[in-house]
Amino acid sequence: MIDKLSWISVYPEIILSVMACVIALVDLGVKTRLRTLTYVLTLLTLGVVAVLQATYASGGATVYGFGNMVVSDPMGNWLKCFATVAVMITLVYGRPYAADRDMLRGGELFSLSMFALLGMFVMISGNNFLVIYLGLELLTLSSYALVALRRDNQMASEAAMKYFVLGAMASGFLLYGLSMMYGATGSLDINTVFKAISSGNVDHRVLVFGLVFVVAGLAFKIGAVPFHMWIPDVYHGAPTAVTLLIGGAPKLAAFAIVIRLLVEGMLPLAPDWQQMLMVLSIGSLLVGNLAAIAQTNLKRMLAFSTISQMGFVLLGLMSGFVNGNTLSAGNAYSSAMFYVVTYVLTTLASFGIILLLAREGFESEEISDFAGLNQRSPLYAAVMAVCMFSLAGIPPMVGFYAKLSVLQALIASGQAVHIGLAVFAVMMSLIGAFYYLRVVKVMYFDDPITATTVSAPNDVRIVLSINGALILILGIVPGALMTLCADAVIKMLGT
Amino acid sequence: MGLLSLAIWTPIAFGVILLTLGRDEQAGAVRWLALVGAVVSLLVTLPLYSQFQLGTSAMQFVENVPWIERFNVNYHLGLDGISFWFVPLTAFINVVVVIAGWEAITTRVNQYMGAFLILSGLMIGVFCALDGLLFYVFFEATLIPMYLIIGIWGGPNKIYAAFKFFLYTLLGSLLLLVALIYLYTKSGGSFDIATWHKLPLAASVQTFIFFAFFSAFAVKVPMWPVHTWLPDVHVEAPTGGSAVLAAIMLKLGAYGFLRFSMPIAPDAAHEWAWLMIALSVIAVVYVGLVAMVQEDMKKLVAYSSVAHMGFVTLGFFIFNDLGVAGGIVQMIAHGFVSGAMFLCIGVLYDRVHSREIASYGGVINTMPKFTAFALLFAMANCGLPATAGFVGEWMVILGAVKANFWLGFASASALVFGAAYTLWMFKRVYLGPVANDDVKGLTDINAREFLMLALLAIAVLWMGVHPKPFTDVMDTSVAELLKHVAQSKVK
Repeated sequence: MIDKLSWISVYPEIILSVMACVIALVDLGVKTRLRTLTYVLTLLTLGVVAVLQATYASGGATVYGFGNMVVSDPMGNWLKCFATVAVMITLVYGRPYAADRDMLRGGELFSLSMFALLGMFVMISGNNFLVIYLGLELLTLSSYALVALRRDNQMASEAAMKYFVLGAMASGFLLYGLSMMYGATGSLDINTVFKAISSGNVDHRVLVFGLVFVVAGLAFKIGAVPFHMWIPDVYHGAPTAVTLLIGGAPKLAAFAIVIRLLVEGMLPLAPDWQQMLMVLSIGSLLVGNLAAIAQTNLKRMLAFSTISQMGFVLLGLMSGFVNGNTLSAGNAYSSAMFYVVTYVLTTLASFGIILLLAREGFESEEISDFAGLNQRSPLYAAVMAVCMFSLAGIPPMVGFYAKLSVLQALIASGQAVHIGLAVFAVMMSLIGAFYYLRVVKVMYFDDPITATTVSAPNDVRIVLSINGALILILGIVPGALMTLCADAVIKMLGT
Repeated sequence: MGLLSLAIWTPIAFGVILLTLGRDEQAGAVRWLALVGAVVSLLVTLPLYSQFQLGTSAMQFVENVPWIERFNVNYHLGLDGISFWFVPLTAFINVVVVIAGWEAITTRVNQYMGAFLILSGLMIGVFCALDGLLFYVFFEATLIPMYLIIGIWGGPNKIYAAFKFFLYTLLGSLLLLVALIYLYTKSGGSFDIATWHKLPLAASVQTFIFFAFFSAFAVKVPMWPVHTWLPDVHVEAPTGGSAVLAAIMLKLGAYGFLRFSMPIAPDAAHEWAWLMIALSVIAVVYVGLVAMVQEDMKKLVAYSSVAHMGFVTLGFFIFNDLGVAGGIVQMIAHGFVSGAMFLCIGVLYDRVHSREIASYGGVINTMPKFTAFALLFAMANCGLPATAGFVGEWMVILGAVKANFWLGFASASALVFGAAYTLWMFKRVYLGPVANDDVKGLTDINAREFLMLALLAIAVLWMGVHPKPFTDVMDTSVAELLKHVAQSKVK
């Protein structure tokens, strides 16, 4: 007998899966080019789900459902809420682009996006190795299909193939690592695994052996060096709307599974995995920033920038467990969460601009395509500039506070290595500032190549303006979002 | 809303309005709105002077509300004698700059004016901030409008200059950020600058913090040998950008030494004072010589700024009241004088479109009114008595003599270089017979330019003849600062 609370905790997932099927069916009868009916239905569904998640999250309760298979806690619910909003925004930005490229036929973009979101939900709320793995597979399978949605496009097909092969390998790594963990501890349940590891009765060597594979699998998913190879190719090759879908919301889910697996499941192994994360983070900061300088394609540049930004997130994640205690864990993980949330917000706006400038038969993804954007459209140039300054971590944009909180978590540990890392990280973000500034330079200092004015449908224009303004406003009053992340993470650690 | 918030946010609000309004077709209205904004922003700083209490070193006009509770960051503003004069100075220079860009800027006028107004508000914020993070946010945020000003309206090599400006100064400030976060954790979770002043720190930690601060502030001042960005940036920046950069932005760095480096790490400041003094003297002497051989007027004034700022840091690190107060007076005076020098170059550049000294000669024949102003500012730049430039340098030299006779001797004789490069430039540009047809065709300054230069001339003379209001304000705070710095913080 499954209790009522369990059902309540998965209402959003149920709504999402039912509506994904309904919308796929409804779309059969929709013939318009822009699929307005399907689009509105999808947004409505996602809106309801987001509101529901926000209500759960602000309720603050932690519920374990279905025999500890899933958990609904404030951290997870907020992440799901943000992921839903991110997918909504992605669809708003992506629809005109997709319509121009004949990607809306069949309505798969909408239903697959919803399935991908469902996968993220399952990842975020999974409290069991296999549930998390199932969610991950649902997300990645939907993503493979989405990348290949323009099946007559050579680059997209190539990207889909690369993504599939490397993604499958990463899933294999993760599964292998998890099975080692299962073998060592005798359970798939995260809480039981945690207890088994902290009891100290489990062979440490087996655990660390499994841990290496788990961390490698996770590193693949978040795109940390040296498991980053797929990121630039997939970001570049995929249709931009799909790139945004892959590069936005799933980062929140990836963050959640890192927390679920490494923190909730294996915190006693933190001294081991923190070292691995440190190596990954140094590599990501170095390779991401240096390689981004050489890019002329904006999508590729943003892909390398993602890698470096993830390096920062890892810095936050690796500073929670210090001198054998977890006093700074809340501080560290909440700063990483804040970083991811604000990063997704910024990514949405910057890809939104790329989508907006793309026209039928023209992708607008070279940096030089942005030349003189300020003269063509001061508003969109300003939004893009705000994004770039935010990614570079210049106050008063929200990206600065993200970097601040991560660096703060790092320095708070008081270890000389960590302070050295903080200095390294800021030096890398100086290099980062160079290529972000270059985009601003192209938009503001260069003369436009074409004089065509930029026009956008009303929904895109409004959402994009709000999105851009939010990056600045959250930079002026970042307190509320920071507190939200801190409370959510502290509740998660408390259970 | 307190007076300081008003001083910060009035120009920013006008700037944002300008950015959202106005295309180039309505440039006229945009200019007037910008002028109104700048003047209103100056007017709201005037009550500060009438309400400022002399004889106390406590912070005045304090506003303190929680800002980011998670990190215990407060929106904490206040002024003391050290920071006081920079608020009206910034607002004043902003008015002058808006007037200066009236005709020279014809494209994207609203963005130009908006950027300057926002920049002015941000810089006032730097001087008012009493919270470390708030200070940093304002300090860094100034880079964005300045980057755009240089890059959009700058000269032929503007892109190089814009990047050099941004990245060079960012490099320094990022280390400052690390130091600020370190102090935050050391002080048990506080970004309050006054708390940091009292925080005991081990000698090695102080050295680390001192050099992290040094990297940010020395680049900004700029001190030799990290001054190389300044001439490049000045040459390419539009006239208004150069004026603001020299008049206010450089002071952000010098101010940082007083507010952060010296009181937070006093032992390290004493220990490394020899280095700071040596760098300052090199700036005064060597950079003064470099200025002498420049062919480009803007470069010459840029190097002269480095040399003058050398006097400021020299004054600070001899640790006596004359030196520190003299340094602050010199900062204010240099704000007026260097701003005026750059605007004078701008007046010529608008007409001839050359900054080369060799392109001019005998300007006095065609522009007598303008030359009178230029002469006044040149004299102030040499430090002639009864001009603003004299007071600060004289105080610093007196302070230096008190500390060490030979140091005072060396810095006093360096004044000769200042006189040499300024007067030699003046001679080559303004005096003598008309050199070429460009100069022959020059028209004298119009009413707008006259107003702009007259405002600055009044300020320069007033400060030179009657510096008492300036020094009175700072005396108590400087004495308190020195008392604080004299105490060791090593446990």
